[in-house]
Amino acid sequence: MITMQHVCKTYKVSKRDAGFSSAFKALFHKEYEYIHALDDVSFTISDGEMVGYIGPNGAGKSSTIKILSGILTPEQGTCLVNGMTPWKNRIAYVKNIGVVFGQRTQLWWDVPVMDSFELLKEIYRIDTPSYRRTLTELTEMLGLSSLLQMPVRQLSLGQRMRCEIAASLLHDPEILFLDEPTIGLDAVSKLAVRDFIKKRNQEKNTTVILTTHDMQDIEALTDRVILIGKGSILLDGTIEDIKTGFESTEEALAAFYRSHHI
Amino acid sequence: MRLYGKYFVIHLKSVMVYKTSFLLTCIGQFLVSFNVFLGVYFMFQRFHVVEGFTYNEALLCFGITLMEFSLAETFARGFDLFSYIVNKGEFDRILVRPRNEILQVLGSRMEFSRIGRIFQAIVMFAYGFAVSDVSWNLLKILTVILMILGGSVVFGGLFLIYASICFFTTEGLEFMNIFTDGAREYGKYPVCIYGKRVLQLCTFMVPYALIQYYPLLYLLDRGKAYYSLLPVVACLFLLPCLLLWKLGVRHYTSSGS
Repeated sequence: MITMQHVCKTYKVSKRDAGFSSAFKALFHKEYEYIHALDDVSFTISDGEMVGYIGPNGAGKSSTIKILSGILTPEQGTCLVNGMTPWKNRIAYVKNIGVVFGQRTQLWWDVPVMDSFELLKEIYRIDTPSYRRTLTELTEMLGLSSLLQMPVRQLSLGQRMRCEIAASLLHDPEILFLDEPTIGLDAVSKLAVRDFIKKRNQEKNTTVILTTHDMQDIEALTDRVILIGKGSILLDGTIEDIKTGFESTEEALAAFYRSHHI
Repeated sequence: MRLYGKYFVIHLKSVMVYKTSFLLTCIGQFLVSFNVFLGVYFMFQRFHVVEGFTYNEALLCFGITLMEFSLAETFARGFDLFSYIVNKGEFDRILVRPRNEILQVLGSRMEFSRIGRIFQAIVMFAYGFAVSDVSWNLLKILTVILMILGGSVVFGGLFLIYASICFFTTEGLEFMNIFTDGAREYGKYPVCIYGKRVLQLCTFMVPYALIQYYPLLYLLDRGKAYYSLLPVVACLFLLPCLLLWKLGVRHYTSSGS
């Protein structure tokens, strides 16, 4: 169970114009601008639900994920995930979540994938029998058997992403955050990743929160969509709510963004 | 501790992938410190004695300081490169793992090519050891070990301060190198030769003197017995560093998506 209530997050960004003289001025006097990344965001997600979290770039998607995974602390509002506040008691909290950042790798670059997994086993203090069981399961479902002995730098993006997802699930978390898991993947890999997420959600009842720009991800995976723009939630419903009257979801979404001036 | 061992092994494996690069960097590291050694050598060609310290004694001092610095640099490299870790968003990953942040940062980078420097330090120390007139006994050997450990801790603490500043500026501040690289350079000679003010500064502000000058006096039979324990006192320096780090982690605001 995830509840977020009236969460606000503001970033302080130094403002300056282009050009050398203003860069020089900024050395002595900085002007700051406050950007409201999240402005009174509230929602509830129940156990085993799969939710698509969408919105244009800079809408506050990543900020939300970072708050939910305990990386950032909001200025205002409360957030409870399985009865715990993410940014308090970090170490106890993160044992139960898995996070995939699609644009960053968490695997060791020069060594075989297996070595990274072994290290994660140690980091999460997973006992050997359950580690073996989870690993066999994940290897089978994600088709990793031929990849485990390869150094990460030799993997293709699609292969690597499958390994990333496996790495985030080794400790068998109850909640999985996926930040753009299909970014840059080819059709085959995308399908494999989607398939896996769906299965995982159905079989293990893992709660999944997914951010993406790919509307097909959303159509294939989630019933519920939370749409965020300029830091506030604009819509919490199904994909059909946005789609009404349009042929493709993409067009519908673009029209929706335009109508909200985002 | 077991986790740290795992990190150690994975870094060793990574290093072995690029053998030639590793070897060349080691040699480079060795040559750079060798240069510094030549500086000391030519200096003493002219003066023979600096502030009451002979060439061999200064060499002993330099060997130990270099060893302390190299050890700290090998194992606390993650803090030295911390601005990079923050900018790349690697610190986000560290925060979503259920382990102490400092341990993970330490584990994220290890610089084995510093072995070149450590080797240099060992050679210099061995030479200083052999030619100096120190009458060695168990207590003095223990003092040297304490100096090396305490020194690595002090340098480690400085790296930690350097890293903590990144939380506030997202870039490392080059002026911090005065305290790290600078100390390595100035550490060639016992700190007292720079004058009384510097000695005071190095005793009470950043405790270089506690890990270098005072215990050295003891080794050379010119100091009091309790001087040999001062490196342990120097470890207290780590406390304010850790405090600053905690403050920094609370201030952390992540970077980009």
